[in-house]
Amino acid sequence: MGQITLNQITKSFGDVQVIPPLDLQINDGEFVVFVGPSGCGKSTLLRLIAGLEDTTSGEINIDGRDATEVPPAKRGLAMVFQSYALYPHMSVRKNIAFPLRMAGLDKAAQDAKVEAAAKVLNLTDYLERRPGQLSGGQRQRVAIGRAIVREPAAFLFDEPLSNLDAALRVNMRLEISELHQSLETTMIYVTHDQVEAMTMADKIVVLQAGVIEQVGSPLDLYHTPKNKFVAGFIGSPKMNFLMGGYAAEFDATTIGVRPEHLSVSATEGKWQGKVGVSEHLGSDTFLYVDIEGLDEPLTVRSSGEVALRHGDIVHLTPDPEKIHRFDNQGLRMA
Amino acid sequence: MATQHSRSAARIMMAPAVILLLGWMLIPLTMTLVFSFKRYLPLRGGDLGWTGFDNYVRFVSSSAFWPSVQTTLIIVGGVLIITIFFGVLLSMLLDQPMWGQGIVRILVIAPFFVMPTVSALVWKNMFMDPVNGLFAHLWKAFGAQPIEWLSDLSLFSIILIVSWQWLPFATLILLTAIQSLDSEQLEAAEMDGAPPLSRFAFIVLPHLSRAITIVVLIQTIFLLAIFAEIFVTTSGAFGTRTLTYLIFQRVLESQNVGLGSAGGVYAIILANIVAIFLMRIVGKNLDT
Repeated sequence: MGQITLNQITKSFGDVQVIPPLDLQINDGEFVVFVGPSGCGKSTLLRLIAGLEDTTSGEINIDGRDATEVPPAKRGLAMVFQSYALYPHMSVRKNIAFPLRMAGLDKAAQDAKVEAAAKVLNLTDYLERRPGQLSGGQRQRVAIGRAIVREPAAFLFDEPLSNLDAALRVNMRLEISELHQSLETTMIYVTHDQVEAMTMADKIVVLQAGVIEQVGSPLDLYHTPKNKFVAGFIGSPKMNFLMGGYAAEFDATTIGVRPEHLSVSATEGKWQGKVGVSEHLGSDTFLYVDIEGLDEPLTVRSSGEVALRHGDIVHLTPDPEKIHRFDNQGLRMA
Repeated sequence: MATQHSRSAARIMMAPAVILLLGWMLIPLTMTLVFSFKRYLPLRGGDLGWTGFDNYVRFVSSSAFWPSVQTTLIIVGGVLIITIFFGVLLSMLLDQPMWGQGIVRILVIAPFFVMPTVSALVWKNMFMDPVNGLFAHLWKAFGAQPIEWLSDLSLFSIILIVSWQWLPFATLILLTAIQSLDSEQLEAAEMDGAPPLSRFAFIVLPHLSRAITIVVLIQTIFLLAIFAEIFVTTSGAFGTRTLTYLIFQRVLESQNVGLGSAGGVYAIILANIVAIFLMRIVGKNLDT
């Protein structure tokens, strides 16, 4: 079990309200990702759920019980911290066994659980080492191991991959997704990286300044973003926004077109522009096209074989089905 | 270009400092060693020639020797226990955010700036005096008979005075250590179900162990040589005669330089034993 309901939660630090009243439902077994730019309150929200911060008002419900005033240890949640927060003077074995030891389990039961967790996480050979002797990825796995042995109702991850290098991050991302598949436990994951959010989540919660902008599956958010913020935040490279005359043609204040929904032609098309920088990634080419009357160049994603150079004139045509229209409030128009 | 030339130039440049330091250290040490093998009574005939190990035997077989070693160890041990216990407590308190933090921290360090002689005199006359001392007034206020601190509880009084002087040092070092503790570790322990006392025992204390060993090492070296506090309070009476004080009495009060020097050599050996012992503990702690 691991159903978490937030009911009109608020959090203020002194006079500053970082989380205005907020409702959220997290279902059992879901992989929920909180994503947003830094300082949007996503970590604070996670810490409220964990119990490391007290709510200013509102109610947190875990498995149907009111957990607002319950101390963190009693909520049945396990957390993996950004810095891993391993205990440096204890061996890996003792680190993983620590929550069991605090729960007063006997030695044999502790050992059995530690061994089992170590096996799942490929840590069996490192059990007698200290955290200082491990690599970043291994430390990460120890932190996850310490969370697993408690058999929590839900796992909370606070930007767990941000201290790893890019290659390792992709690996750990897979491992965590794999772990979620096998444990089928609720996981709440905080990140500022929309790629992590898109690849791992069942449900993404996009936050800005403590407000939930949209909740939905990754593809929901990609296809039907509720507003300009979500549209710009989800998807890589970012969505292009056109205003003024370009948007008026579609009866909107702003229109958004994703780089992958623009086709390039040398001879004819809707919009004409001049190629600026082009980034060749092999599989794709990202073109930055300057168009008259727009402050920022349009980003275009095309195949890897495009032979366009700096200064070439190109014509761009958006896929009419895939144009997102926004009104003057920045909200999506039907 | 660390050539032969530059290296020998460097040696010549450093030579004055090295020679000065060596001389500073070696000349008194050699003189102590030389005197310790002599019968040298400045006011009763001066240099009376070599006596072999006579001084060494007499120093150890004197009835005052073992009690003085014991006193030394009690004072050092007592001060260490008090300063570390209260140092850990105080540093944890001072680590909490509070109003006027800067001023409080400076005030806490203040006793360290008071000269030993002065602080011992202040304690002796203003606190521990059985007639006019603050403690005497406090005791009388409750209708109790004032304690004669420096004669009845002499050893404890001296431990108290010295602890007061060294507590700021311990607090300061432990405070900086506590500030470097990652707060996420404490939060992780809290999530793992550790109550406050377990968090202290399993997370804070191990984190402080290195700082504690450093405090123990440095304080022991200085505490083995305390002198002024004893000199101005009890003058070595009432069982407060430490090894250092005994040496002082042999040389200046009994005017027996040879015997005192032999005691000095014993003190050097004792200090080195303690130092080697501590170095090994510290070394072990600093490794991990």
